[in-house]
Amino acid sequence: MAKLLGIDVGSTTVKLTVVETDGTILYRSYERHFAQVKETVLRELKKIAAQFGGEFRASITGSAGLGLSQRSGINFVQEVQAAFVAIRRFYPDADVAVELGGEDAKIIFVTGGTEQRMNGSCAGGTGAFIDQMATLLNITVSEMDEYALKAEKIYPIASRCGVFAKSDIQPLINQGANKQDISASIFQAVVDQTVSGLAQGRRIKGKVLFLGGPLYFLKGLRQAFVRTLNLSEENAVFPDDASCFMSIGAALHSAGVQAMPVEEIISRVENAQGSDEIVTGEPLFKDKEEYSAFVKRHRATDLKFADIATYEGDAYLGVDSGSTTTKLILITPDSRIIYSHYQTNNGQPVDIIIDRLKDIYKQSQGRIKIRGSAVTGYGEDLIKAAIKADFGIVETVAHFKAALHFNPDVDFIIDIGGQDIKCFKIKNKAIDSIMLNEACSSGCGSFIQTFARAMGMEIDKFSQLGLFAAHPVELGSRCTVFMNSAVKQAQKEGSSVEDISAGLSISIVKNAIYKVIRAASADELGENIVVQGGTFLNDAVLRAFERETGKNVIRPGIAGLMGAYGAALYAQEAGNGNSTTISEEDIQNFSYKSTSTICRGCTSKCNINILTFSDKTRYISGNKCERGAGQKPASTELDIYSYKQERLPKTIAGTKGTLGRVGIPLQLGMYEQLPIWAGFFETLGFEVVLSDKSSRELYFKGQHTVASDTACYPAKLIHGHIESLLDKGVDFIFMPCESYNLDEHDSTNHYNCPIVAYYPELLKANNERLNESNFIMPYLDLNMWDNTVKRLTQALAKYKFKHKQVDAALKVGFARLDEYHKDVRAKGMEIMEKAAAQGKQVIVLAGRPYHVDNEINHGINKLITSLGMAVLSEDAVFDKAEVLNVTVLNQWTYHARMYRAAEFACSHDNVNLVQLVSFGCGLDAITTDQMRAIMESNGKLYTQIKIDEINNLGVVKIRLRSMLAAIEEGNKNKV
Amino acid sequence: MKEERVNTTDYISNVKTKDYVETFAKWDKSMKATHKILIPDMLPWHFMILERLFKNEGYDVEVLKNDTRAVVDEGLKHVHNDTCYPCLCVVGQFIDALKSGKYDPDHTAVIITQSGGGCRASNYIPLIRKALKAEFPNVPVLSLNFVGLEKDSSLDISVSLLLKLVFAIYYGDNIMWCYNQTKPYEEEVGATDKVRDEMVDYVVSMLGTHSFVRYKKVSKRIIKAFASVKRRNIKKVKVGIVGEIYVKYSAIGNNHLEDFLMSEDCEPVVPALMDFVLYCIVNNINEGEMYDKKGKFIWLNKVLYRVLFHMQKKIIKLFEKDGTFEPLHNFEHLRKCGDKVINQGVKMGEGWLIPAEMAALAETGTENIVCAQPFGCLPNHIAGKGVIRTLKNLYEKENIVAVDYDPSATKVNQENRIKLMLATARENLQNSD
Repeated sequence: MAKLLGIDVGSTTVKLTVVETDGTILYRSYERHFAQVKETVLRELKKIAAQFGGEFRASITGSAGLGLSQRSGINFVQEVQAAFVAIRRFYPDADVAVELGGEDAKIIFVTGGTEQRMNGSCAGGTGAFIDQMATLLNITVSEMDEYALKAEKIYPIASRCGVFAKSDIQPLINQGANKQDISASIFQAVVDQTVSGLAQGRRIKGKVLFLGGPLYFLKGLRQAFVRTLNLSEENAVFPDDASCFMSIGAALHSAGVQAMPVEEIISRVENAQGSDEIVTGEPLFKDKEEYSAFVKRHRATDLKFADIATYEGDAYLGVDSGSTTTKLILITPDSRIIYSHYQTNNGQPVDIIIDRLKDIYKQSQGRIKIRGSAVTGYGEDLIKAAIKADFGIVETVAHFKAALHFNPDVDFIIDIGGQDIKCFKIKNKAIDSIMLNEACSSGCGSFIQTFARAMGMEIDKFSQLGLFAAHPVELGSRCTVFMNSAVKQAQKEGSSVEDISAGLSISIVKNAIYKVIRAASADELGENIVVQGGTFLNDAVLRAFERETGKNVIRPGIAGLMGAYGAALYAQEAGNGNSTTISEEDIQNFSYKSTSTICRGCTSKCNINILTFSDKTRYISGNKCERGAGQKPASTELDIYSYKQERLPKTIAGTKGTLGRVGIPLQLGMYEQLPIWAGFFETLGFEVVLSDKSSRELYFKGQHTVASDTACYPAKLIHGHIESLLDKGVDFIFMPCESYNLDEHDSTNHYNCPIVAYYPELLKANNERLNESNFIMPYLDLNMWDNTVKRLTQALAKYKFKHKQVDAALKVGFARLDEYHKDVRAKGMEIMEKAAAQGKQVIVLAGRPYHVDNEINHGINKLITSLGMAVLSEDAVFDKAEVLNVTVLNQWTYHARMYRAAEFACSHDNVNLVQLVSFGCGLDAITTDQMRAIMESNGKLYTQIKIDEINNLGVVKIRLRSMLAAIEEGNKNKV
Repeated sequence: MKEERVNTTDYISNVKTKDYVETFAKWDKSMKATHKILIPDMLPWHFMILERLFKNEGYDVEVLKNDTRAVVDEGLKHVHNDTCYPCLCVVGQFIDALKSGKYDPDHTAVIITQSGGGCRASNYIPLIRKALKAEFPNVPVLSLNFVGLEKDSSLDISVSLLLKLVFAIYYGDNIMWCYNQTKPYEEEVGATDKVRDEMVDYVVSMLGTHSFVRYKKVSKRIIKAFASVKRRNIKKVKVGIVGEIYVKYSAIGNNHLEDFLMSEDCEPVVPALMDFVLYCIVNNINEGEMYDKKGKFIWLNKVLYRVLFHMQKKIIKLFEKDGTFEPLHNFEHLRKCGDKVINQGVKMGEGWLIPAEMAALAETGTENIVCAQPFGCLPNHIAGKGVIRTLKNLYEKENIVAVDYDPSATKVNQENRIKLMLATARENLQNSD
């Protein structure tokens, strides 16, 4: 009797199982394949041949098995299906199964309507994600697991995907949060991602089976799942064979397959050909000669050195404390390098800097006198406080300074670091525009490094391999999660390490050019390009950049140290010779203590970290406003966002009403229309109840009803608002569907975006607590008065209102809206006047009305006021600007406001604009280019900030400060 | 604000405005004689008919067939990565074609349809213009729309040509509909393709004469021709394809989804293009019904709807009389199906049409569905992924997979998800026997 064989080829591992026809498991194995899929499968098959021999009925399963199956002609079964077969056989009483693999997450609902689900394209990366995070923390996965079990608290980490999570984790590492807590938070993020991304409105309850490698090996992860799903011990099942469950299923599924001798299975796999489905490009270099010429050309920009062992005299110190690496440089007055250092942070950057300074002092033996020092980068404030540096400067300024040194005519600078990509255009010796990558495309630089390590190679060697690759693989440019999945596919299809290495370098460059710079042609970049950042030390990346742009560029030999070098140059120029930099004796006694706590200054409850230095000075990080740092917060006097946050709820008069309580979810369109509906319902005799204030907790509360994980955060947040209203026991929730917004007579049409227009439909369809009577969502066009009255009367038919009553109530509502608009605009003008009187810069923080929500803007308004600027909003100023004709089809009310707000900013010298864009907002893919065009055609800087559930203001701060620095520079040049 | 409806477009042209409109090459009527017009690929057979129809009318048109990675690469270069994938494909196809050297950039124009709805798809034109401006500034972009947008760059369509277009869509639908029901079952490999080619020729020749209006005759002939192909008596898994209009139909957009499904031994069920046209018309009528808007435009749509629906009913009768094939969906039935799931007020993008099609497919024996959408498609959050739960409650057996299309999404990833849906589909098929 032929035995059953299941072969599960996953993204990182190969699992083989031999099963007797009666279901007895005879053999199972679990091996990592390191992309050597065919070889690993063959090796394992041969073991089976040796142990059993004879005939087998075989099936292949798994994401990477598809190709192998097609080319070997061995039966294929989809992996979720395979799991399902095994579940029915071994755990017939299971209600739900959760399976995490290397790249995919799956949920199988067994009872109550069978359903099998896989994660969408965006949420890819679970096992692989955990691996990446471990690399980031510089620990092994099993260490991470041990740490997680000892955690004391959980930090909120964005759970959409690995890239986002990384943006949340990096600041935690930099702030010195401990590894135990971070590890547990990472596992919690995986759980949240699985629960929200997959369950989508269906609750995971009953007896739950946990499958797949990560869940089998990681106790911390198991714990997080059990805790989150609130499962009892008997209902959380972790099978002993969880890691090879799919292969067992595949084996069982083979019962109906033609049996064949094991030798034939082996020969079929052996003869399976690679496929031609992989798209490849041209080699980076034709031959060695071409490469040598290239190397020679770039060597010309290496800097001169001075020997620390002999040098005597003045020196200037520059430090660039980046998100993932710390860079330090010491230069002579004639800009030679005395000492330099480049290191991955591995936790606390303060230690690294102090150690290096000690080393400098030791080696120079009193011959060198530090005359000035400057710090730049994410850790600027921290390091400046620790080493008492003379200056703290914005990264962009530092990079520009350094680039100028290499080419006084530089007109374009691009910096690709580990985490971020930054580009600046230079006009008239000043920064003219700044482009920074958004969260989605971050981490490209360090991705190569992580990947090289996973291949067991150092980054240098790995990237060298790509130089002469014959067929670089096309790996896409959206983000590292997609790239990771593309790499794996390429590997499985048999691409060589060389081709993948070259492909990765090209991908990074394409990402920079097409996503960050958004250049339509190479000419836009300018004539004198300086490239820098550690990633450009990789010759393959440099070559790919030159090839893609068709230009020869300058890459300084110290490409990775440019921020630090620029800081040192700055210290040299700006210093007066008397430096406050920590002295040789003080440094010997230097120590610090780190404690983390929750700030109780306001309701934001920031996680803050306090470093107390040996001289009793303190440095506080993690705070969003000055209050957290123990200072008096900037006044909200010049901040219209704060004003609106207070003014809007006041449009509810607070009358108790006799007819019942109406719930209004304060999110999306309601941030504009609350006054209408408050006035309307209060006049009719209802009490108006607002949903809870937005917060991360509120989001989690409604997360299980989110249907699409790529929708914008405001949309996903409203699910929590609905839950909070239901918990308050309102009689009904009111949220109309409106294709059209109010016509403000300044655009071709006046639509709402599809999300604002129809989200009530999605809420109703995905929240089982909502029904016809407790969720009222009429379709309205508020520009059609009589129709609106009619439709509202119908929607509230239960209360038998007369047409006249509804008409009168709606009038009250609109009166309140008018009043609200009037107040906001008056406040706007008041702020303009005060700012002018105080000589302050004004920022129009332009977005949608709902961007006023602090959970959505993460307190960016406060950040701006703390930088000494006033904040206005688009709705406060747009009416002061002319009506515009724009290139794009101007057909959304909120967007039309933004265009005019941009025009407003352009017509005032002290006003600038920052556009807030929600991640996933497809419409803003169109508006941003138009906004940029309006701003730039008037010679103003365009700044865009992408916001999501990620709560990392560090990047935003750099962006805003860069903008401020550029404005100041621009003003100086004007005078 | 009471009852003060101002036609905003006119209003704007009357107030002082500041101009931020970039200049671009414009189409003028004389170019009909001098320019070749490139059409992006979307539905292979419909567009082949349209291409030949336009040629007969004196337009030098060509439907683009370029379909290599270079298309996506050019798209990536010229369109914001967050813009929807269809736009990226269309722009990529134009630029790649123009770069091939086969067309004289001084005598070439491109054309695109524009719906004027609240979805960003209405903004394809400015995006295409921007892309062309960077590389081929002399190439004008033509708008094919019926709502009065881009007045100075629209294609002038005579009433007779418009009529022919309508008929051509019906004929294309008939061919696609019969083809998909025949091809998976044909006894002799290639027989169906042969019939299809003959029918395309036949339809084109009819459109060249006055008899093109004899839609019953033409439809009957198409049905008979396909019905005459010898078919194997086997049962296959039927898979409906719904979703955003471009990725639903275009092989470039959906990684050759129909071919993939055929290779997986399935019968793809692709809803008719006319359903989308009727959907657009109904949306215009609904503006009147839902919001009491009045005007000639709404009245005109009502008339148009009545005529087109009448034709559809007659064609369905022909299908039923012949009996070989599942007939086209009755659009009124489709609307009723949609009403069970979502309000017809959801009119942006493909709006309520998607849930309506998913429900109608379930009710007509196609329970397995691929809901194709561009990554991050806004209306599809609501009308695609957002309604799956409701549909599952209505149709227990309905088996839907939502697939995102994107320049960076890997094919394996997409196919693996579709395979999961197919595994369930096959099981359901077995159990039903």
